Amino acid sequence: MKLKKTIYFIIALLLLLFIFIISISIGTVKIPVHEIINIFNGGGNETSRTIILNLRLPRVIASAVVGMGLSVVGAFFQGLLRNPMADPYVLGISSGAAFGATIAIISGFGMFGLNFMAFVASLITVFLVYIISKTGTKVSMTAMLLAGTAISAFISAIISLIMLINHDEFTRIVFWTMGGFNLINWNSVAFTTPIILIGSLAMYVFSRDINAILTGEEAAEHLGINTTLVKKIILVIGSLVTAAAVSISGIIGFVGLIIPHISRIIVGPDNRVLVPFSAISGAIFLTCANTLSQIILKPSEIPIGIITATFGGPFFIYLLIKHKRKGERMF
Amino acid sequence: MAILRVDNLHFSYGKKKILKGINFSIDKSMLIGIIGANGSGKTTLLKNISGYLKSTSGNVFIAGKNIKDFTIKEKSRYIGYVPQDIIYDFQFNCFDVIMMGRIPFLKRFQMERKEDKDIVKKCMKITNTWQFKKTSIKKLSGGERQRVYIARALAQNPKILLMDEPVSHLDIKYQIEILSLVKDLSLNGILVITVLHDINIASQFCDEIFIMKEGKIIDSGYPKNVITPNNIKSAFSIDVELFENPTTHIPYVIASLNEKNNPAYRSYESNKIL
Repeated sequence: MKLKKTIYFIIALLLLLFIFIISISIGTVKIPVHEIINIFNGGGNETSRTIILNLRLPRVIASAVVGMGLSVVGAFFQGLLRNPMADPYVLGISSGAAFGATIAIISGFGMFGLNFMAFVASLITVFLVYIISKTGTKVSMTAMLLAGTAISAFISAIISLIMLINHDEFTRIVFWTMGGFNLINWNSVAFTTPIILIGSLAMYVFSRDINAILTGEEAAEHLGINTTLVKKIILVIGSLVTAAAVSISGIIGFVGLIIPHISRIIVGPDNRVLVPFSAISGAIFLTCANTLSQIILKPSEIPIGIITATFGGPFFIYLLIKHKRKGERMF
Repeated sequence: MAILRVDNLHFSYGKKKILKGINFSIDKSMLIGIIGANGSGKTTLLKNISGYLKSTSGNVFIAGKNIKDFTIKEKSRYIGYVPQDIIYDFQFNCFDVIMMGRIPFLKRFQMERKEDKDIVKKCMKITNTWQFKKTSIKKLSGGERQRVYIARALAQNPKILLMDEPVSHLDIKYQIEILSLVKDLSLNGILVITVLHDINIASQFCDEIFIMKEGKIIDSGYPKNVITPNNIKSAFSIDVELFENPTTHIPYVIASLNEKNNPAYRSYESNKIL
């Protein structure tokens, strides 16, 4: 069994490397792989160098890192909330980010301003959700889910209102909320990557605790786990990671929901194995989606959220049906 | 030194007083049954003993040490807990679930050692769950799940095993099987305290019975001494008729179906609802 899982990991890593190279190579202009190797060795012509080093490389890195972060947070939130429907956006982070971005867009802020506003607004939203659901020192997970849903609905309504009033920025706002990496530069990569990588590693420390919490919070406490503390840590770090991801990529749906489920089918429910596998799978998935978004309607780009949902949705349904035929429930 | 001592324990949820001065001391391993009406504080008492709930006043001492001075991890090396509602909507197989009982003995990044696997295997053999080691817990029956959770608590190598209504959802065969198992455990050095609803099952298996009413223990001792019509009337507000098992001499109670004495009972003749 262990050998089988190791092989899955090796395959996934090789696949990630392969997709990474392919994604840098194809795009609006195709640059062959030998040319890319040439560029990395300091050669190549000036145009290709600019395309690869300043446009494609940050973009591909950002898509891999965001895909990784969203999948890791999705896996943890599904475990912590003991809810298969949970994803990184379940606590209202996405709507908060969209609100921040909308304000930044209508105020005419630059790229960094937009990222920063989205990041801060999403954290404020989660904080509000947390305050609302807190009773004494305990936080009810169900209350958090409900408060998250309510606040999301409220903020979405406000965003729609702002869009109606500011007709000129309508398209920009809509495009931002559908997600994409077309505005990525090295600055945004430098801003998010450390948060997502360090955050994911920090959460990974609690994988076994989340395994136990899946069998019930009280039961986990009797296994020697400080569930109140673990919950708080995962919620805070998970929110930071999601906010960092959303602030540069917009709202990319589905990744944080389906990647953990698919990974669970492949490597099983143990979070110590599931989380790193989800991280790699999420990176693969979003890097592919990023490339597809550039080439399907070449030369124009499709928002990446459309790609993830059109490919992710049917694939997920296929998995559900396959499991039903086998007489098993996925959850 | 007492394995477990409870000293003038009080507990409230907000302003609602649940436990109102519980005192007892147990100095050897045995099987203790707690009986009492719904809402009399049985579960709350168990959770105070386990340290999951913090008492409003009074103390719980485990092997002479105040439960408040234990870290969460230390507590879990002394006390195993089988909850009333067993959660099973996850994909772990039974071996993995029971292996979680070794978490108290492992460092954060430490992988399960061979000795942990051996202990888990032993606990699974004792509870007759070894054949489910690769089975998802979802696919088991209620009694089998109960055994898996008992095995997990055993893997914690506990001195005290607390169980909250372990047999309430089970048919008679499983009830006997589970209680015979915990009786064996109590004979092998583990103090087992279990909440039970069935008075007759309790008197059949338990070494001692605590009867609770409104947050207090109104009587405790050998089943023969505490299962009396008066005590039952006081705890459950119903009249019972008491018999004695001719071979074992343990008490056996049956509720008297008498409208005057038992207001809860409505005789068929007087049933004029329709």
